[in-house]
Amino acid sequence: MHQDNTIGSRIFDYANYLFLFLVSLAAILPFMYVVISSFSTEAALIPTQFTTAAYNYIFTTSTFVRSLGVSVYITLFGTMINLVFTSLMAYSLAHKHLAGRRVILLMVVFTMLFNGGMIPTYFIVKATGLMNTMWALMIPNAISAFYLIILKNFFQSIPDELKESARMDGAHELGILLRIVIPLSLPAMAAFGLFYAVGLWNQYFSAVLYINSPEKWPVQVLLRQVVILSQGSIGDSGEIASDTVLYGEGIKMAVIVISTVPILLVYPFLQKHFAKGVLLGSVKG
Amino acid sequence: MSMSSLAQAKTEKKLPNLTLKRKPLTLQLWKDRWLYLFLLPGLLYFIVFKYFPMWGVLMSFQNYQPHLGFWNSSWVGTQHFERFFSEPTFWMLSRNTLYIALLDLVVFFPATIILALLLNEIRREMFKRWVQTLVYVPHFLSWVVVVGISYILLTTEGGVVNELIAWLGFEKIPFLMSSDWFRPLIILQMLWKDAGWGTIIFLAALAGVNPQLYEAARIDGANRWRLLWHITLPTIRSVIVILLILRLGNFLDLGFEQIFLMVNAMNREVGEVFDTYVYTVGIRQGQFSYSAAVGLFKSVVGLILVFFANMMAKKYGEEGIF
Repeated sequence: MHQDNTIGSRIFDYANYLFLFLVSLAAILPFMYVVISSFSTEAALIPTQFTTAAYNYIFTTSTFVRSLGVSVYITLFGTMINLVFTSLMAYSLAHKHLAGRRVILLMVVFTMLFNGGMIPTYFIVKATGLMNTMWALMIPNAISAFYLIILKNFFQSIPDELKESARMDGAHELGILLRIVIPLSLPAMAAFGLFYAVGLWNQYFSAVLYINSPEKWPVQVLLRQVVILSQGSIGDSGEIASDTVLYGEGIKMAVIVISTVPILLVYPFLQKHFAKGVLLGSVKG
Repeated sequence: MSMSSLAQAKTEKKLPNLTLKRKPLTLQLWKDRWLYLFLLPGLLYFIVFKYFPMWGVLMSFQNYQPHLGFWNSSWVGTQHFERFFSEPTFWMLSRNTLYIALLDLVVFFPATIILALLLNEIRREMFKRWVQTLVYVPHFLSWVVVVGISYILLTTEGGVVNELIAWLGFEKIPFLMSSDWFRPLIILQMLWKDAGWGTIIFLAALAGVNPQLYEAARIDGANRWRLLWHITLPTIRSVIVILLILRLGNFLDLGFEQIFLMVNAMNREVGEVFDTYVYTVGIRQGQFSYSAAVGLFKSVVGLILVFFANMMAKKYGEEGIF
């Protein structure tokens, strides 16, 4: 793009390459260190003696395996809820003639600017009977207003003629959604599914807020108990479960690695989607 | 959402009042019954989990007691607000929140722009893609993992950073237990996790610049610096403004999970922000109405900030978000 070949320009280029190289190194080095150390007998960036002792141990603890199960469950089931709720609402709102559509859209947008805050929401979750159930980790965030609006815009871009002709042929509204609109928006649906799933897997604070029984903790909460609180830091000691004993460094690292693996597995797919700009195309509603 | 859509919403609401339109409207509603049915779960979700809590903030004017419920708790006016504003905690929380939010605005935000501009100067596509692939990864890690890695690296009991400091002959630094290191650590974690991700939107805008503009400027004798100043930056100016507005809207609830995880007894005096305080006082100590009042104060200030930022953007000739 730039054919500027002055010395200053070249020096800038070399410095720029070097700088960005260092930036990308810094982005992955801390995690690499944790991964490599978790497989070694001592903390190191260059693998010393290879061992899977830490992994063997954590997979024998019922606490860890159980919370991994909880996380998998809420991620899979929660993503389904997210997608069903979001796409149904987005599909209705994509019909410009719908009476009341503008009011509802304004209502949705307003939730992005203002919210009741932690305490009133806490009492609503309590009043709806979701407290201390896994539903509390899925339902209170069932729809992201942001994704909803982008998906609505995406649905709107599908030509009306397609839907009209299906209606002429006597297709049911649900059939149009399932057979025409969703198949045509599969890339967008996949992208939102992945982003929702990452959010569910990574969610931590909702569990602290709404889940009291340690056996329903997702893996992120356990991770905090193991890695952050056992460091001799002063946390909320009341939250420490009786069966999380003191773990060694290797075990902490192994727990971090295991709880990150799912994210790294879907990362290539995530990257494909956000690289395409699916999520950016319509940031301006 | 523009103001015109607001106006349209109003006219649409009036339509049912016109007697002439009544019959077609009910017909239309019946025709759209399936669409309304599809709308129902989502609408219920927004009403129950977003709008009920907004109405529930009224409890900050009450002496809310869970066993009495919302309807039977006594009303106390602005008592909780008066108490909050007269306490020294209020100034501590404001100072801490503003400090971190300002660090975000003057360090993190410009860093994403600079990183995007530097990436944009790279000519080798292969190299650029690799850098992008690597710097986006940390965005997808949870805050627990990021803080956990920080703990592993920085602890004074065998953390690699402190081992290095000791090896170089210096005294170990208790990064995690020190109020001096709290803010630098917070901003460093933010940069590590999200600076790369923050470049995406700028890069998307930069990809849309017409190459002929650069061509023409070069013929006129512009050097790289001039191209950056007169072509590249003006193209992303509106994106910068929009992101700035959106950031101001979240000005006060920045990085709650991160701060919650990083705060401990040793750094609480600089680390406690509005949200962590609401949690401590509300959920842990059970002062529900008082903490709801603190939360409401924060939300209202946030809302004012968005409108203010949007107004400023329009004043300086940008579009704004509504």
